Amino acid sequence: MIPLSGDLGNSKGVVKEKIGSFDTSRGTSTLKRGFAHMLKNGVVMDVTTVEQAQIAEEAGAVAVMVLDKLPSDVRKAGGVARTASIRIIQEIMDSVTIPVMAKCRIGHVYEAMVLQETNVDMIDESEVLTPADENHHIWKWDFTSPFVNGARNLGEALRRIEEGAAMIRTKGEPGTGNVAEAVIHIKNVNTELRRIKSIYDAGDEQDLISAARELRVSYSLVEETASLGRLPVVNFAAGGISTPADAAYLMTLGCDGVFVGSGIFKADDAKERAQAIVLATTFWEDPDKVKEAQKMIDERQTMLGLDTKNLELKMQERGSTA
Amino acid sequence: MSGLNIGVLAVQGDVAENIMATKMALEELGLDGIVNEVKTPEQISELDGLVIPGGESTVIGTLSLVNGSLKKIKEKIASGMPVFGVCAGMIMLSKKAKDRVIGEMDQPLLDYLDVKIERNAFGRQKDSFESNISMDKIGISKFQGVFIRAPSILETGKDVEVLSKFNEKIIAVKQGNVIGTSFHPELTGDISMHKYFVNLIKAKH
Repeated sequence: MIPLSGDLGNSKGVVKEKIGSFDTSRGTSTLKRGFAHMLKNGVVMDVTTVEQAQIAEEAGAVAVMVLDKLPSDVRKAGGVARTASIRIIQEIMDSVTIPVMAKCRIGHVYEAMVLQETNVDMIDESEVLTPADENHHIWKWDFTSPFVNGARNLGEALRRIEEGAAMIRTKGEPGTGNVAEAVIHIKNVNTELRRIKSIYDAGDEQDLISAARELRVSYSLVEETASLGRLPVVNFAAGGISTPADAAYLMTLGCDGVFVGSGIFKADDAKERAQAIVLATTFWEDPDKVKEAQKMIDERQTMLGLDTKNLELKMQERGSTA
Repeated sequence: MSGLNIGVLAVQGDVAENIMATKMALEELGLDGIVNEVKTPEQISELDGLVIPGGESTVIGTLSLVNGSLKKIKEKIASGMPVFGVCAGMIMLSKKAKDRVIGEMDQPLLDYLDVKIERNAFGRQKDSFESNISMDKIGISKFQGVFIRAPSILETGKDVEVLSKFNEKIIAVKQGNVIGTSFHPELTGDISMHKYFVNLIKAKH
């Protein structure tokens, strides 16, 4: 059974209707979070064209994420980054059988509505795009489609879950080809989870209430998370993953799967690299298999990447105070 | 007689939920046994029963083909080992699968269940739904059906028993010791389907 802590129950996104002789409900937490559970131990790949989506599916991607530009190109281009062209999203939906996701701007309720109408399988409220409302993320309980959100720490993750996110991913630093920030983010979440779990195990309600205040999230969600000792939703790694070893490393840190953004289609050996990252994510517990996966790629063809210390634009900071 | 050795194919998908549901089923039935993740042909060869979980069937199929697990599962099914395929797992067990939008698929399958499957038969994620269904033939009159981008069965061969239907669509089948469901019992907290499966394993053991 999947945990449904923080579940708002009868939210606007739940649609009840009779189909034939059956009473049905759509958009429930079980369905939204359950969908994310089906992606576990998988690789979601960023794509910009039908051709890339087909390469991703053949390589064993568990889903594709459609963008107008890969995150590293968004970084280079500057200006305002918005949701992808609906026509391209639809073309991709018509050409692969795996789930298709797309990104909307943080807080942009109507970009999300448009993506829901387009019938994408999951919406990523993403810091890769230019935020529309830094102070308020989308109230995701109003949607029938599930959402994934980025987080740099436990407070951000739980606040996003409280708003209705069905899945969390690390933010990392998108488009840099540098995995360092994603590593920091998942370690932050793990450390804070251990802390609230130890408070919970000690039975110290007073301390748990102060933890909830610090995290700026409801006590009940903190309590349930603490009792589980993990996030109550599926948690993926994202931001800067470029090689099979990167993916396997993040799996060892307790991630349920990985998103790969620019890392695949900005490399010169995209096809082999896509397969290799899938193999390393599946068999991460076996160093010999990860070595075999790493052998499939050529380091000289990995994207050059950026030092995350000297960036003009830190995408991870977008929406982090809300 | 030693305890039952049950595996959950741990390539991709909701493995942990199926392990938990199967463990609870063993416990409630008061049976001795273990439930573990399995990934390799060696691990699979030791099993008395196997659950193939939900996930993406293209991914589970491709990766089980790579390390030889697919071939080993086929051998074990031929020798009568009970297998329970959930959603993607049921697609994996079938002889033929086509996608509702894309059409005929060329994906690695176990080629056992004599059925023709339609993938994503109810639509995309927004159309995923919950509804109470029944499987009277196996003594489960009411069950919370959780359908996530679910497949359905279009045609069945003569050896296939239909266990449940949602309107005109077939959503649960049994052929010999192999069962398949379009829906996800492991997400509901109701373990009656996993208990039925464990009893199949016990009867064969």
